[in-house]
Order: sequence, then structure tokens, then C-alpha cells
Amino acid sequence: MSAVQEFFRRDRVFDFMVPKVVEGLDLTHGTVLYMEDVSVAFDGFKAINNLNFYVNAGELRCLIGPNGAGKTTMMDIITGKTRPDTGACWFGSRMNLLQMSEAEIAQAGIGRKFQKPTVFEHHSLCENLELSMAGPKGVWRTLRARLANAERARIEEVLELIGLVDEAQQRAGTLSHGQKQWLEIGMLLMQNPLLLLVDEPAAGMTHQEMERTVELLTSLAGEHSVVVVEHDMEFVRALNSRVTVLHQGSVLAEGSMDQVQSDPKVVEVYLGE
Amino acid sequence: MSLMQILKGDRGGQLFLLVLLLAVIAVPLLNALPAGHPAYVSTYTVTLLGKYLTYALLAVAVDLVWGYLGILSLGHAAFFALGGYAMGMYLMRQIGDRGVYGNPHLPDFMVFLNWQELPWFWYGFDHFWFAALMVLLAPGLLAFVFGWLAFRSRVTGVYLSIITQALTYALMLAFFRNEMGFGGNNGLTDFKDILGFSLQSDATRIGLFIASGVALGAGYLACRALVQSRLGRVAVAIRDSEDRTRFVGYRVENVKLAIFTFSAMLAGLAGALYVPQVGIINPGEFAPLNSIEVVIWVAMGGRATLYGAVLGAIAVNYGKSWFTAALPEVWLFALGGLFVLVTLLLPRGIAGLFHRKGEAT
Repeated sequence: MSAVQEFFRRDRVFDFMVPKVVEGLDLTHGTVLYMEDVSVAFDGFKAINNLNFYVNAGELRCLIGPNGAGKTTMMDIITGKTRPDTGACWFGSRMNLLQMSEAEIAQAGIGRKFQKPTVFEHHSLCENLELSMAGPKGVWRTLRARLANAERARIEEVLELIGLVDEAQQRAGTLSHGQKQWLEIGMLLMQNPLLLLVDEPAAGMTHQEMERTVELLTSLAGEHSVVVVEHDMEFVRALNSRVTVLHQGSVLAEGSMDQVQSDPKVVEVYLGE
Repeated sequence: MSLMQILKGDRGGQLFLLVLLLAVIAVPLLNALPAGHPAYVSTYTVTLLGKYLTYALLAVAVDLVWGYLGILSLGHAAFFALGGYAMGMYLMRQIGDRGVYGNPHLPDFMVFLNWQELPWFWYGFDHFWFAALMVLLAPGLLAFVFGWLAFRSRVTGVYLSIITQALTYALMLAFFRNEMGFGGNNGLTDFKDILGFSLQSDATRIGLFIASGVALGAGYLACRALVQSRLGRVAVAIRDSEDRTRFVGYRVENVKLAIFTFSAMLAGLAGALYVPQVGIINPGEFAPLNSIEVVIWVAMGGRATLYGAVLGAIAVNYGKSWFTAALPEVWLFALGGLFVLVTLLLPRGIAGLFHRKGEAT
């Protein structure tokens, strides 16, 4: 009898009718990403262990940690590539990332740059940016899609921003390593994400290129939230942001670069053993 | 999209369509010449050419999914054969009471098996429009269900190729069984006429040749339009970096499913035009080797060009016709040798010879 009553309750809808992906991001609490008590194990090895991690709206955050600390796994969890064993992971305060597919997460506004620069090698730079553009991504809409003038202007703008205007018609495969890194950041920008996850943007860059990357990333913060994973301490210092140190799958320390570097626990992890 | 836009920058495609148009006009004219004339093309040759054109359409379908989407399908002959069976069933129904047993209600093989009634899945095949619909729907539905399962589980690469191969092999075994109701081992044959025209007459054969040419041209243009669209660029993006495409926000499995299904329908259409020209369809068409041969045509012609697939299909099949007549025992060695040579010396196939360096996908 109570089951029947449950059925006719008027103050709620059935679970399957609740939309998984909520339109619009709720940032009223000023936090764009919540990860709470997240754990994931691969064959018994705990890659992420009771991790708690928050990113504020518009914040630039650096994530450092020795190899195997779980940095990339963490990004995999946020973008939906890996599902955690336990824990919660929310984008804004209404979108449950654990119930969304990679494509849904990307569409919702989380962009990711891979550790190894990954661009569409056989497409021109323009086409790379066109494909990454925010907008409808369904099969039929994509088949009928035409590049509008505003969209073309946006592509030009991003090309300008990443400094690759002259290479616009070249195939992405012909770019240098550093240029590919930039193109990939440009692709992220075309997605117009609220949160950018940038995995090792400075790898393989010359000193000059690195400086420009620092400039680019710093200018992005504010409008977007940016999480940067990096090994190069000089680069992290130049970004001048809050730093989170990851060790054995959980947060070891958090604070400014100076605070973190003087933390005895961090020193032990990096220098000890 | 206009024709001009579709063919923009596709020199090989423009040339191919021109040649195809000329062939479709010239071959029937040359066939009308007196038999002794040096330029006379016999009806046998016309039918042979028509057969090549249907193979070429099949190759274009394979190139679409292999060259542009990165799915190496080793089972496309299954879709070709299904389209062929749908057409074959219509042709069987057209025989009426002119079969060996003279039964007006049942095809010969059913009478032979002592069946009393037409199985339900043969209903509707008396009508051409229904058969034509099935020519597209049967392969399309199979590809859709197969693709839905495979792509959603993210089966890719060589594993997917092996499953497609298993699919066509399983179908072959199923169609060999008499209980399936498709003529078993012998398949469907002894066709009399199509749409009221006798299949033995020269005019019908020329009509089928022209229909094959038109289907090939239209299929080519459809594939070209798809490849030129943003969806085509997404397909190439999936081929080159599936993960990246996913994180950019595309539902990779949906794109794959749509293009794979479309390709299967094209293959079905090719099969439907093939059957009335060769006069038989049997489970042998499902043989795994057939699907592999198609891939060889595409590889030889040149992947990801579409017209290269046409070139490869026609060149290899011409070679096959010549060799199997002149030196039958050498054919498979010649095919293997040719494949090795092309792979080593011309990694981009015959079409690669015409390409300037760094051009195209």
C-alpha cells in the first residue's frame, strides 16, 4: 500500500525523469568544481585516495606532485574518462559529473589539454578550431553546419591570441611541438569552457615560448577557471597562483608557492627517501 | 550543397565522373553497332562492366568508413549480399508459375523442401518498391544494431575488424541452412524478369548497366558531400584522434554509427544491382574472403580519396577476369604480389600517383 502511495506522491518526480545534465551552471557558491572523498584503485593500487579538491570560479590553480601522485588520473575523473570507486564530483553545485559522458562534460564546459599535445594532424589549424567550437554537436546538425561570419571572426581572434595567424591554413601535423601545445590551448578556448584543465603546457617549450604561455594562462584566469598540472617549478612560480601538492592520491599541502615550498612534508616528499 | 561545391578541389573525382558519364553514354551506343564492327561492345562485356560498377560502389562504401572514419570493416560484403538477397527475393517472386515445378505460390526451392506456405518474411517481396526499401533497410538495420553494440562498447581497431569478419562468417553459415528460407546452399537463381522486362534481353542488360553507372555516380557524390561537410571533418578527426574528438564534445559513437549505417546501405544498393546482372545470389557472397578482397581494392586504389576506391575495384577486377581466363592458377599469387608491391611502393595507392605532395587527407 505504501508503495502505491509512493507512486502517487505529488511533491517529486520519478528518478528517471530528473535530467542528468542540468542546463546552465550554478555558481552561486563561487565554486566551480567540487571533488569530495574521491577514491579510485587500479588492480589494488590506490591511484586516488580520499581526495578533496575545490576550485573557485575564475581561479588559476597549479597542481604539482611527484610522478604517480595521481594528477592525470584526477583529470581523467573530472572529464569522465575514469569513474571513481567512491566519492562525489560536481561541476558547479548542480551538475553531477559522475553521471555524465565525456562528450556531455565537454559540452557542459570543461575543456582538457592532454599531456602529449593532441591535435587533429590532418586538418588545417582553422579546421581544428572549427571542430572545437562550442555549439550543437549532433550528427545531423554537424552534417548541415556552415561556418557563420561570427564564428569565422572568433576563429581569427583565437588564432591571433595563440599567435598562429600565419600558419592558419597549414596542416596541424606540420607544427612544432610548442605550436601544437598552443593550438591545443586555442582549441580549448574555442570550446568556451568555464573550467580548463591543462596538463603540462610547458613541456618541450623554449624559454620564450614558456613566457608567452604564462602570459596566456594568466590572462585566461578570471573569465575561466584554470587548473594547470606542471612539473617545471620555474613555470609554476611564474604563474604566481595558489598551488596544490598531490602525493599518493591525496592533497598533501595547499597554499602559495612559497608556503608550499617551505612545508616540511612537501620537502620530504620531493627530496626525502 | 551544389555540385560545384561538392567537387571543389577534387580533381580525381571530377575526372572519374566525366569518364563514368562518357562510359554510360558510349557503351550502349557501341553495343548498338553491328556485331562485326571493330568498336562493337558485346552484351556480355556490357554486363561485365555493369558488374564492375557495382563492385566500385561497394569499394566506395568501404573507403568511406575505412579511409575517412578509420573503421577497417572486414565484413562489408555481408551488407552487399543482404542487399543482393533482398533483390533476389523480388526476382524470385517475379518468376511466378514459370519455375521448374510450376507452382504459382512458392519458389522452386520451397516446393522442393515440401513447404506448404510462403514464410512471413517473404511477404511483400512481390512488390518492387518493397524490395527496393528492403535493399536499403536490411543492411542498414544490421549495421545499425551491430554498430550500436560495437561502438557503444568502444570496440576499435583490429578487434572491430575481427568482429566484422565474424559477422559475415556467421551470416554465411546461417544462409547455408535450408531452414533459413533463403534457398540454402544454392541461393536464389533462375531469375526471369525485372519490372516486367526480361533479364535475358539486351535492352534490360543495358538498362541495368546504366542504372549501375547512375548509382555509382550518385553514391560517389553523396559520399563526397558527406566528406566535405563538417561531419566529414569530424570523421577524420575521429580517425586520427578519437579521444580528442570526444573531449571536444562530439559523441563519437553516434557519428560512427551514422556513417557506418549509411555505408552499409550503399553496399546494399550495390548488391541489389549486382544480382540481376550476374543472375544468382548464394551464401558464397558472404564468404570472409570477399570482404577482404574489397579492402584490397581500396588499398590498391588509394585510401581516403573515394575515386581511388573506384579505380582499385575496376583495375583489380579487370585483372581478375583476365587472369582467371588466361592463367587461372596464377590469379591469387598475382593479387597477393600486387598487394605487397602497392603497399611497399605506393602506400597511398594508385591514386597517390596523381597527388601532389602534402595534399588532401
